[in-house]
Amino acid sequence: MSLYPPMVAVRDVTKVFGSFKALSSVSMEIARGSVQCIIGPSGSGKSTFLRCINQLEKIDRGAMCVDGELIGFRRVGDVLHELTDAEVARQRLATAMVFQRFNLFSHLSALENIIEGPITVLNRPRAEAVDEAMALLERVGLPEKRDAYPIELSGGQQQRVAIARAMAMRPKVMLFDEPTSALDPELVGEVLAVMRDLAASGTTMIVVTHELAFAREVAEDVAFMDKGEVVERGPPAVVLSKPNHSRTQDFIAAVLR
Amino acid sequence: MSAPPPSSVKAMRDLAEVAGLRIVPRRFYGRWIAAILILGVFAWIVKAFADGQIAWNVVAQFFTAPAILSGLVNTVIMTACAMALGITLGVIFAVMYMSPNPVLRGSALFYIWFFRGTPLLLQLLLWFNLALVFPKLGIPGLLEMRTVDVMTPFVATLLGLGMNQGAYTAEVIRSGILSVDAGQTEAAKSIGMTRLTVLRRVVLPQAMRVIIPPVGNEFISMVKLTSIASVIQYSEILRNAQTIYYANARVIELLIVAAAWYLMVVTLLQLGQFFLERHFSKGRGERRPRADLGGKT
Repeated sequence: MSLYPPMVAVRDVTKVFGSFKALSSVSMEIARGSVQCIIGPSGSGKSTFLRCINQLEKIDRGAMCVDGELIGFRRVGDVLHELTDAEVARQRLATAMVFQRFNLFSHLSALENIIEGPITVLNRPRAEAVDEAMALLERVGLPEKRDAYPIELSGGQQQRVAIARAMAMRPKVMLFDEPTSALDPELVGEVLAVMRDLAASGTTMIVVTHELAFAREVAEDVAFMDKGEVVERGPPAVVLSKPNHSRTQDFIAAVLR
Repeated sequence: MSAPPPSSVKAMRDLAEVAGLRIVPRRFYGRWIAAILILGVFAWIVKAFADGQIAWNVVAQFFTAPAILSGLVNTVIMTACAMALGITLGVIFAVMYMSPNPVLRGSALFYIWFFRGTPLLLQLLLWFNLALVFPKLGIPGLLEMRTVDVMTPFVATLLGLGMNQGAYTAEVIRSGILSVDAGQTEAAKSIGMTRLTVLRRVVLPQAMRVIIPPVGNEFISMVKLTSIASVIQYSEILRNAQTIYYANARVIELLIVAAAWYLMVVTLLQLGQFFLERHFSKGRGERRPRADLGGKT
């Protein structure tokens, strides 16, 4: 795994909501094909961090690159110009997002959810998109649910379809925003299994999660965030087992209790 | 636990006996009385119409009279065109209203304010008499027409009804759009859709569930609202019925003819609304046979 150039490079990114500083000067580099887990208490800015990479939030300062391309802005001389809606939409193709609340399109069946992007955004032929979507449904273990509407699926099944929908766009990076936090405990395993499979296939993943066991097993690198800052970063064996920082120690003790 | 008191032992014995008794369903005497009263009133109304001085043969005679049928066609065409214009304007102004652009927002607010704030009859008269303000329309030097030639009763009615409808429909559509969870928009954006595609492919199809019942309601109102266009000589069904009864004095008969046609059109529309609602309720709870989904996926 080559470390350079990184798939995602974030430099001094600050994001403010009113008077609340959600991210304060965050920097991070995520290597190609690696799994980066981000842990931290709620309100620590980890979800905001993901949403900034996917441009669901506009950053107030700093810069980020995905696969070498500056995100959200175009540099002209010494200034950065905001990109247009269409340019932002094109850049988002590189980063697919899996949401905490699944957000499957509720008026479309599982299969239709997966082929929607390839057909309307990538202009792929329908038959081809359907074939690929079926292959993805096989991969997440739900081929028999192709015609089911989201409301007819369990939370775990919805999230697996949502992962397939994200994969159908063939993104360079998969962003997971607490993908198992809205699930009943017995459904968490099936979603983590799909994510483990993805990680093994060499997909670059950034995962915001509370599943420390998953992070320990799958992540190359774990970052602990608190109050909009990256407090500590390193291999899971260090950050999760013998963290250096007292805030990390307190958090991990609280989660494991 | 101590031994149960003797009284509860007796209660248990009684319960065993009660459990074997026959059940007599509750009788709804009130419903029977109400039904008899209502049927009585209904019979009285039917008898009144049967005995009244209504020449039913005249009703039958004019039911398919050419003037009535052409009026019917004009009513249906105007309803369809005015609603099409109203819904198109409604979508445009609803989206403008929700735009971050203050100029677009302001114009949408002004449009809704003006057309909801003035009587429809007044708007119709304004359009019809537009020539008093603008004798000529078009691009000076290139294309010019006399306003009186352009503002036929049809065009004036269409603009009047359509623009007025648009102001109301804009609010209905806005509420429909607001009813769609923000997560749907985020998910659509995250797979690279532009704002317009998000609206067209994800938000509007889901908003339809909320939009259709009130718009169906307005469609039905519109059928009857077209009759107001008789004031500017648009020959819809009620105006043609009036023209006939001015000549033959069969007032009630012709009103019955018109009423029957209105009811038929409205019945068809209600049927259409039922099927539309069913179509757009896809993925909303009730499970339907898969056979319904064939073709359109």
